[in-house]
Amino acid sequence: MATVAEQWVLVEMVQALYEAPAYHLILEGILILWIIRLLFSKTYKLQERSDLTVKEKEELIEEWQPEPLVPPVSKDHPALNYNIVSGPPSHNIVVNGKECINFASFNFLGLLDNPRLKAAALASLKKCGVGTCGPRGFYGTFDVHLDLEDRLAKFMKTEEAIIYSYGFATIASAIPAYSKRGDIVFVDKAACFAIQKGLQASRSDIKLFNHNDMDDLQRLLKEQEIEDQKNPRKARVTRRFIVVEGLYMNTGTICPLPELVKLKYRYKARIFLEESLSFGVLGEHGRGVTEHFGIDIDDIDLISANMENSLASIGGFCCGRSFVIDHQRLSGQGYCFSASLPPLLAAAAIEALNIMEENPGIFAVLKEKCKRIHKALQGISGLKVVGESISPAFHLQLEESTGCRERDVKLLQEIVTQCMDRGIALTLARYLEKEEKYLPPPSIRVVVTVEQTEEELEKAATTISKVAQTVLL
Amino acid sequence: MVDPGGGAVCNGTLHNQSDHCHRKNCTRNGMVKEAQQNGNSNFYKPVVESFEEAPLHVMVFTYLGYGIGTLFGYLRDFLRNWGIEKCNAAIEREEQKDFVPLYQSFENFYTRNLYMRIRDNWNRPICSAPGALFDVMERVSDDYNWTFRFTGRIIKDVINMGSYNFLGLAAKYDESMKTVKDALETYGLGVGSTRHEMGTLDKHKELEDLVAKFLNVEAAMVFGMGFATNSMNIPALVGKGCLILSDELNHASLVLGARLSGATIRIFKHNNMQSLEKLLRDAVIYGQPRTRRAWKKILILVEGIYSMEGSIVRLPQIVALKKKYKAYLYVDEAHSIGSLGPTGRGVMEFFAMDPRDIDVFMGTFTKSFGASGGYIAGRKDLVDYLRAHSHSAAYATSMSPPIAEQIIRAMKLIMGLDGTTQVPGPGIEPTPPAVEVQSLNHWIAKEVPMHICLNQFVNQAICTSIVHNT
Repeated sequence: MATVAEQWVLVEMVQALYEAPAYHLILEGILILWIIRLLFSKTYKLQERSDLTVKEKEELIEEWQPEPLVPPVSKDHPALNYNIVSGPPSHNIVVNGKECINFASFNFLGLLDNPRLKAAALASLKKCGVGTCGPRGFYGTFDVHLDLEDRLAKFMKTEEAIIYSYGFATIASAIPAYSKRGDIVFVDKAACFAIQKGLQASRSDIKLFNHNDMDDLQRLLKEQEIEDQKNPRKARVTRRFIVVEGLYMNTGTICPLPELVKLKYRYKARIFLEESLSFGVLGEHGRGVTEHFGIDIDDIDLISANMENSLASIGGFCCGRSFVIDHQRLSGQGYCFSASLPPLLAAAAIEALNIMEENPGIFAVLKEKCKRIHKALQGISGLKVVGESISPAFHLQLEESTGCRERDVKLLQEIVTQCMDRGIALTLARYLEKEEKYLPPPSIRVVVTVEQTEEELEKAATTISKVAQTVLL
Repeated sequence: MVDPGGGAVCNGTLHNQSDHCHRKNCTRNGMVKEAQQNGNSNFYKPVVESFEEAPLHVMVFTYLGYGIGTLFGYLRDFLRNWGIEKCNAAIEREEQKDFVPLYQSFENFYTRNLYMRIRDNWNRPICSAPGALFDVMERVSDDYNWTFRFTGRIIKDVINMGSYNFLGLAAKYDESMKTVKDALETYGLGVGSTRHEMGTLDKHKELEDLVAKFLNVEAAMVFGMGFATNSMNIPALVGKGCLILSDELNHASLVLGARLSGATIRIFKHNNMQSLEKLLRDAVIYGQPRTRRAWKKILILVEGIYSMEGSIVRLPQIVALKKKYKAYLYVDEAHSIGSLGPTGRGVMEFFAMDPRDIDVFMGTFTKSFGASGGYIAGRKDLVDYLRAHSHSAAYATSMSPPIAEQIIRAMKLIMGLDGTTQVPGPGIEPTPPAVEVQSLNHWIAKEVPMHICLNQFVNQAICTSIVHNT
């Protein structure tokens, strides 16, 4: 009330104190004392979990036994008995002392022991030594790196390319640079391990669709669209990506890129294409799956590949528009925080690109050989061929599994060992069984290169079929 | 209970004693080494670290600089949006304009407005081996660092204080590198397969045996990339239900490896043993959060030399703590291998410790050995386990043969196995730290590893002018 407010003078307050009833004063006094006590008492810490005495704590420390740092590995684990290659892993390979024809190394264009590559690397070695001793930001950028990036961009007809010093790290660093927590990534179930690690590092929402199944992908995209309509504000900041491989390492199949591009524009998701196996293999000039299908390369946001297969070097690269690629120069972990690619490997990659550009006929030759051996291996009793006919790296799986993965692996390993005794070097496709999300069935990987002659292809086919007959029946 | 290395642990807390060391000379393999007293392995030398604090006026000006830069950035963005100023940055395609933007607006803001101003300090290309003197390609910008143009001129014989070439082994080709040339001609460059499949060459086996001998451990395994060694092997060692105690200033590869493993990560203050001990005690006593189950294992991640600070890890104290609390120790010796210790064996030799005290030795070949790649070494069962379960061994290409040969050559040189006794000074005696570059506002950790010069980038204008005059 206005009158009360005007009368609020100190004298009046003291007078009110004298006139107040006793119980009122006593109550107020008690409250004030209580407040003072609370102010000065120790605060109650919520983290004070338990009241263990020092003795009990020491006992707990004494008693605790951690697991051993590593569990013991059985002596006959296949990884402990590696195939040791003496000498270069080229067309004629010496494995465990046996001379074989190489059907296991990813040397698609046969450039692993090409003298021109060796000469280019030697020239670089003479000029720049071996190591670069620094990341790209701190004087680790050599003129060869810039040349290689330029050449790759020109070859793939994109604006820019960026190189990494290790193939695995390429896609595993590229994905987390763009996709962060809260973004959505649609990825194929048969994606390779490097992609899986990249996705894990990115902490995004992962939605898996069945291998090469565009209907499944469309279903997932539609569901996402419905979600978006419920929450449009969130949808406006959630990026969407589709990650696929051009030629899948685990199954040897090609992704249906035209449908993917249609889905991209319809549902506004960006496409990241991993072309490790298809670069230098598919397409008229070896430009990969975009050339194979005749798709404009600008429709693909990021193409990532490693230089360890067709280019017979070490490392990897990403190419695309500058808008996309330039971001990785500051936020690609494997680029910024790691030493750059040794210049001799970069020089060899440039020379390999030169060879690829000079004779584009090798790609057709490679496709022919793939088709030939694909046909020759059909009809082997007990084994089925998994993979496209033009894929140079395909799998041979058991037609009927025994039911137990270990036994399957043993059978296939027996086939591989006997083939090696007969001079054909093959390998089982190796996975980390506990780490893979969708473990592919056990299989033998067969790799076709341009260096293999027709007789050798025939020999391989007959050897495999003979050995399969003895082992599986 | 007294632990080796000058710290006493009693009643569960670590007390630091003053360091003292007794030294006698002894010769082994023709090299003079310091020996330690029996049963009482002390520090090789007391570690004196001093990190200057930035003076107040510098800090104020730095923050002020960033503030003004940001304001100008907003102004320029405004001008660009309204078309008054031309935008030089790459933009999204027309067809994809209605997609969700690829970059958050602030992510790009820094790059566009602040980083662009000083971008010419980094990524400077060179065109010779990164030795003591190297050739830098001259690079100018006509449009304020948006694009660069090479004038074609090469600035020759620039003094190199930027490359991690500690022992000078990354040099132009000379006759001592003949084995590398032979390896290149015999083996070629690529490998084309993984370690598990067809990618294990006899060269790798030779290298691994040599690394194990060099470090005085049971076995070693090499990988093709140093960064990938950390990010692919830590997940193989620890998983869910384990605890990782990681130093504040660990490298990005260690952080990534720890994250990918799925274990719980707790950070302790840089080189602060009290902080580490508190975390260890809490971990062992209270177990996992909420469920109170015991941790499966505890892994301490440290580096030998921290590249951003120039500080050396307090290894003896950490080993004492690890023994008391039964944790495992992982030391990343990327910078310290080949450069610390009287014979370059790294931080373990620097502190004169037993190699069996450190569980996992990790290092890279990029810095002291002038090559590329990484290794993990330790007990045989550890290395066998990694051979079977490392992500890199199963899915990533193995090391290139000429690179492996360069490492073999470098290691043999350091070990004296190539017949020479002259070891390219691992530099334990500090070069006179008279490089008091106070006037440049650089902070240099005044301690033994002078080869790590820390550029605390504070005053941008000064640094830019230095780089231009290099």
